Amino acid sequence: MSNTDTFSIIGKPRRRVDGADKVTGRTCFADDIILPRMLHCKLLRSHVPHARIRSVDVSRAERHPGVNLVLTGRDFPNEYGILPVSQDEQPLCRDKVRFVGDPVAAVVARDEFAAEEALDLIKVEYEPLGTISDPVDALNNPAARLHDYSEEGNIHKRLSYEFGDVEESLADSAHVFEDVFFFEGNTHLPLEQHAAVGMQEADGRITLWSSTQCPHYVHRAVAKALDIPMAHIRVIASPNGGGFGGKTDPFNHEIVVVKAAQMLGRPVKCCLNREEVFYCHRGRHPVLMKFRTGVDENGALTGMHLQTLLDGGAYGSYGVASTFYTAVLQPVTYHLPRYAFDACRMFTNKPPCGPKRGHGTVQPRFGQEVQLDKIAAKLDMDPAVLRLNIVEKPGALTANYLKIGSIGLAQCINTVTERCGWKDRYGKLPEGKGMGLACSSYLTGAGNSIYWNAMPHSGVQLKLDRSGKVTVFCGATEIGQGSDDVLVATIAEILGIDPLDIRCVTGDTDLTPVDLGSYSSRVTLMMGNAAIQAAERARGMIAQAVAEKFATDTGSIAFSNGRVFEIGQPEHVLSFRKALVCAEEMHGSLGTTGSYTPPDPPGKYKGGGVGPSPAYSYTAAVVEVDVDTETGWLTVPRVYIAHDLGRAMNPVLARGQVEGSVYMGLGEALMEESAFRRLPARLSNALVHREPSMLEYKSPTSCDMPEVITDMIEHPDDNGPFGAKEAGQGPLLPVMPALANAVYDAVGVRIDEVPITAEKILQALDDKARGGAGRVGPDSFPDIEWPEPFRVPPPWEGGDGNAVNKPARKRAAKMHEMDKFKKVDAS
Amino acid sequence: MNRVTTLKRSTQENAHISCRVNGEPVQVSVAPCKTLLEMLREDLRLTGTKHGCELGECGACAVLVDGDPILSCLSLALDAEGCAIDTIEGMAQDGQLHPLQAAFADLGGAQCGYCTPAILLTAKALLDRQPNPGRDRIREALSGNLCRCTGYQQIFEAVEEAILRLRRTEQGTDLKSVPVGARHNP
Ligand code: FES
Ligand code: FES
Repeated sequence: MSNTDTFSIIGKPRRRVDGADKVTGRTCFADDIILPRMLHCKLLRSHVPHARIRSVDVSRAERHPGVNLVLTGRDFPNEYGILPVSQDEQPLCRDKVRFVGDPVAAVVARDEFAAEEALDLIKVEYEPLGTISDPVDALNNPAARLHDYSEEGNIHKRLSYEFGDVEESLADSAHVFEDVFFFEGNTHLPLEQHAAVGMQEADGRITLWSSTQCPHYVHRAVAKALDIPMAHIRVIASPNGGGFGGKTDPFNHEIVVVKAAQMLGRPVKCCLNREEVFYCHRGRHPVLMKFRTGVDENGALTGMHLQTLLDGGAYGSYGVASTFYTAVLQPVTYHLPRYAFDACRMFTNKPPCGPKRGHGTVQPRFGQEVQLDKIAAKLDMDPAVLRLNIVEKPGALTANYLKIGSIGLAQCINTVTERCGWKDRYGKLPEGKGMGLACSSYLTGAGNSIYWNAMPHSGVQLKLDRSGKVTVFCGATEIGQGSDDVLVATIAEILGIDPLDIRCVTGDTDLTPVDLGSYSSRVTLMMGNAAIQAAERARGMIAQAVAEKFATDTGSIAFSNGRVFEIGQPEHVLSFRKALVCAEEMHGSLGTTGSYTPPDPPGKYKGGGVGPSPAYSYTAAVVEVDVDTETGWLTVPRVYIAHDLGRAMNPVLARGQVEGSVYMGLGEALMEESAFRRLPARLSNALVHREPSMLEYKSPTSCDMPEVITDMIEHPDDNGPFGAKEAGQGPLLPVMPALANAVYDAVGVRIDEVPITAEKILQALDDKARGGAGRVGPDSFPDIEWPEPFRVPPPWEGGDGNAVNKPARKRAAKMHEMDKFKKVDAS
Repeated sequence: MNRVTTLKRSTQENAHISCRVNGEPVQVSVAPCKTLLEMLREDLRLTGTKHGCELGECGACAVLVDGDPILSCLSLALDAEGCAIDTIEGMAQDGQLHPLQAAFADLGGAQCGYCTPAILLTAKALLDRQPNPGRDRIREALSGNLCRCTGYQQIFEAVEEAILRLRRTEQGTDLKSVPVGARHNP
């Protein structure tokens, strides 16, 4: 791969293509859409956490003078959900509510005031059911079952895998470390609340605008839920006011506004309020985890057995994938010769958890990096040296058959430790001051779609004409991360033109080729590769026409600075516009397509489809802390971060992704938590969100944010466009463990759970002062009946990527409505 | 919620308000229970002003009233009578971005752009009053504006770059600006 110097646009700091719109208030978010005769929709949400719905009386609401329509669960016979294996959601609940916030009815009215008033007039009779508050509660109370399709009781999904005989490795290890950690749940808190506008066209077809990260998946869900052919639905993803994974599921309100627009023949908008955004959630799963890790006398890993227990909340969401992700990426960072994991997701009566930035990998990364710090302390090794010794090798195939490309982790570690003066300062700072190191790796796009198919993951289409203008179409979704900028920059680079000569149309299922959406850090790589293919095809057509004009071969035609010319023939030059005229004369109307499909994963075992990615990013971070030993109060003066992103397509934006990740990681480390409490018995004993508001759900302000020293490390990956890998999620992962390790360096106590608050530090300091271990964290991991593991020998033990056994699996109860889902697939 | 009072909300007669918006006189007929935020977005269709909570918690709805940043979700439209209101739509003048806007666009001060209108107006109010604030003062002035995307650092840098650009225009000199973009180690 060539150096950045040979590019004219890629790698150069530039104003993003949508920058001017964003600073002038012109970016049109979903709630900014105002259509003639538009009505407004509000959802009535359950105030009880688990109940059968006895009756819903909407008669008074229907008589409110401002009301046009009231809908209930009976208007929606079909289930939907993001994963084909968990089609467990209803647009409005029919017979059961499963958490405080589950919607049971919808009012459509002339304005929001009238809709809200009418919500108060709806009478719902509930028959309360037992409430499950957390995974252990769920294991102990299988009878209060949330879903009939769960494996048993409230166990949504259990996984068990063995890559080599870990017990044998642990028995032969110089040391075995056993640690239990807990990572509390937290939420995305995008600044924009979700909004959707449904509209029926005069001919009966449907348009839905929504603040969604995944218009393609919403498209499928709406079609299935409402039995409308996909060809008659157009989903337009409005630019998202932040997503972070919180807008990747199809949501109730999106389906409801379409149904209402169909029934009324008028546009219908629903904008959630902040409390409702907390109920939509799909945020970080609370995870309890236990690591048993063997090392030799030098700290090299010999084997690891990881167990995770996830609090899934009330619905499936991406949960099965999340459950895999709490385990599958451990072998990608450091060389791990043998690995086994068991993972289990439980249903509880809380808002559903799902994918938040770092999806499922964040929690075990916290545990592993803190445990490595403990290992280094025990072996009296520098934690940086310990890690440098075990960094996985570029091109490696891991114990669980993940194929890695480039790895810049060693350089990341060296960079942050040099910048912070690690050698002179780590372990040597005065009491109360400390620094901690942690590393991580992350996917650059999931190697498989959420529904199995052999089609491309991203498609790009180009239209070019005699005006000199290029229009690029792609289903990718701009959520703030800069996907439109990556798309335009890629095309501009290859055609040698100015980004302003390119119009970009994205996230519109009628106009743009399918792209699976802005999740799993997939867009730059997958859309980028599709864009390269489309642009190179266009360049080929243009070069052919220009070569003919200059009577030379296409190989000598070059594109640069808005010109197309013959190399070495200064007089043989055309403006790009004139070159397009030639090309249009030769080929007729000009258009090309490009598409991208990830490589086949080497793991052939069942479940081996979660974890493979075309490329993995790597990060190292050092966090500095000041701890007040009197109060436990913790401040973070500085964070050093180095992230191997393969290639920074636009360094301004890439750096923004890295620093935004650090910010969000600090929020999770210090203060953000999705906490719940039980109301007293006289008030129903219900389990309620402690903090469904931005005031109570603390997130860092401009005053809390430390100085961040960012380095972007470029180890280009062969699979990435111009070598690029992801930057938007990976850099979040090392922040929490680095902070925990810094607290240990500062005051010698271990906080083995997140968030790390002043109270916990104080408690640990007290414990230490009384002669205890100076630790706060969970003590044990519950007994779970694990299924027989899939046994897959690692590559170096003669494995070929297949399991050597066929463990029996209890079939989950047949999903209601699965047949309908297949029908939509085929259409 | 008290049903009697809420029922009134949807049936009240509109009030008539005269004010200046982005320098131009405006007359608007608005439901008296509406907030300034709702009046701007729904009645004047100035949707550049955003909302993230409508409870005074996020800062996304800030506009300038007589030059001061206020949370438009917490003020009544009725209180705008006779006031001069500045929204993001009026910040660019004569087709030229304000230096703050240009710096935010150039330096990554806006990622999703949802917090951006309010942050730009809050920063403008700061610079109008205090042309050369330090980093700590900028932090403090923006502490009521949550941003979930950027981690704030590129916002601070954009404000500082705008200060330089503003000074440059004032002095008519061509000072070298701070380098754009990140430390970059290929
Ligand atoms: S909308 Fe959040 S403070 Fe006004
Ligand atoms: S740029 Fe997205 S909230 Fe600030």
